[in-house]
Amino acid sequence: MSEKRFSKKHEWVSIEGDTATVGITKHATEMLGDIVFVEVPEQGKSVEKEGQAAVVESTKAASDVYSPISGEIIEGNKSIVDDPGNVNSDPEGASWFFKLKVKDKSEFDSLMNKEEYDKFVAENPS
Amino acid sequence: MEVQKTALYNYHKNLGAKFVSFAGYEMPIQYKDGIVKEHISTRTYAGFFDVSHMGQFFLEGDETLAVALEKIIPADLQSLKLNHSKYSFLLNNEGGIIDDLIITKTPKGFCIILNAACKDNDVKQISQILDTKHKYFLDNNLSLIALQGPKAVEILEKLIPGVAKLKFMTGDYFKFDDENLYITRSGYTGEDGFEISIPNLKVEKLMKFLNENKVHPVGLGARDTLRLEAGLCLYGHDLNEKINPIEANLKWAIAKRRREEGGFNGWEKIKDLITNGSEKKRVGILPEGRIIARENTKVFSETGDEIGLITSGTFGPSVNAPVAMGYVNKDFAEVGTKIQLEVRGKKHGGKVSELPFFKKSYVK
Repeated sequence: MSEKRFSKKHEWVSIEGDTATVGITKHATEMLGDIVFVEVPEQGKSVEKEGQAAVVESTKAASDVYSPISGEIIEGNKSIVDDPGNVNSDPEGASWFFKLKVKDKSEFDSLMNKEEYDKFVAENPS
Repeated sequence: MEVQKTALYNYHKNLGAKFVSFAGYEMPIQYKDGIVKEHISTRTYAGFFDVSHMGQFFLEGDETLAVALEKIIPADLQSLKLNHSKYSFLLNNEGGIIDDLIITKTPKGFCIILNAACKDNDVKQISQILDTKHKYFLDNNLSLIALQGPKAVEILEKLIPGVAKLKFMTGDYFKFDDENLYITRSGYTGEDGFEISIPNLKVEKLMKFLNENKVHPVGLGARDTLRLEAGLCLYGHDLNEKINPIEANLKWAIAKRRREEGGFNGWEKIKDLITNGSEKKRVGILPEGRIIARENTKVFSETGDEIGLITSGTFGPSVNAPVAMGYVNKDFAEVGTKIQLEVRGKKHGGKVSELPFFKKSYVK
């Protein structure tokens, strides 16, 4: 898969052509604990950069998932809705949350790369 | 106020516990395994819980002690047999629940296990109804360990022979390492098991034995999912000073003699509610699908009228579905009644369910 970029809210995004794939980071799943519920956006919905796009719930609490970039939803990942535990097992691979049609590629470029994100996590433990 | 720690704090830390501030204590919410695994291993094997933050309150006195306590506790304490325990509560003058508790008859009087967040106020409330000849103290030199699960009895019997003979909601003294431990067959998970009252200085020794027997520690996170599946109330959420035992569907915990004779705080009101019914009632609620209805989720009727509020809600790992409890208007309290739950601004279906969500048979 192509290069991933990361947000401060612990989402990752990768881009192929004008399609972006968004998910939550392994670090995010470790903070959340066992994931038991996922809600993904419907096809055709417009999302703004840093706007609420999906929901993830662990046994402990509900959290919003934000879209790191703006665009129009192409697809939500049904498989994690049906089996939310998959997010814990493969958060940065098969258990992506949604794909969207990229509006402005520069939003992607402004996100953190892997090295910067790892540093950010190390400096902001929770 | 300074944050308090139990005697096992460092032990939890070394096991990789994540801590949360709870009732003034730094308590483990989960360990490395996570809430779901901790929950399942308690249901299928056994788990232990450090519940030393709870108050172990001892009362000593003659037969007038039971009479005095009956003013604030609606259990039949005068005929409670030695080493027998009852689930009950402290009541205020309006019949509201100040705390829920387990009270056990001991040779010298009673022992009451109190919720951590309530214990200081509880002691104040109880002390006001006692006579000067009654003695009382919160024992902070004791830890309290709950060992819960289908293998609990087999495992503890190896260390402390005789505990297997205890029936549910009874207790006794047992020898362990030159100490006399008070052990009850009880718990708050819907599983068979024990609560072990043990001096702080000996508690790590007990932990070592449990570890050797592959019993893993369980945090407050799984304690919450376990008790909710078992239909048990959490004080401060499902119960508070404005809720009375009739609304809370806990009439069974008021002894028959006490219901008839009264003589406890709020009896007039409770008697009226027993006869005429309460406006709202605590019920189990099963949301449809996987939607989790957490505390403070509004409950609506099928026709859209607001009829209640969720007081506890999570995903039940053993039920493998979301589970909740809350209070609804009496007209909607019947099992099977279809309701709606407002989650993130959208209404989702659900129904009133029987409690508990997860059934287990206790050893009687």
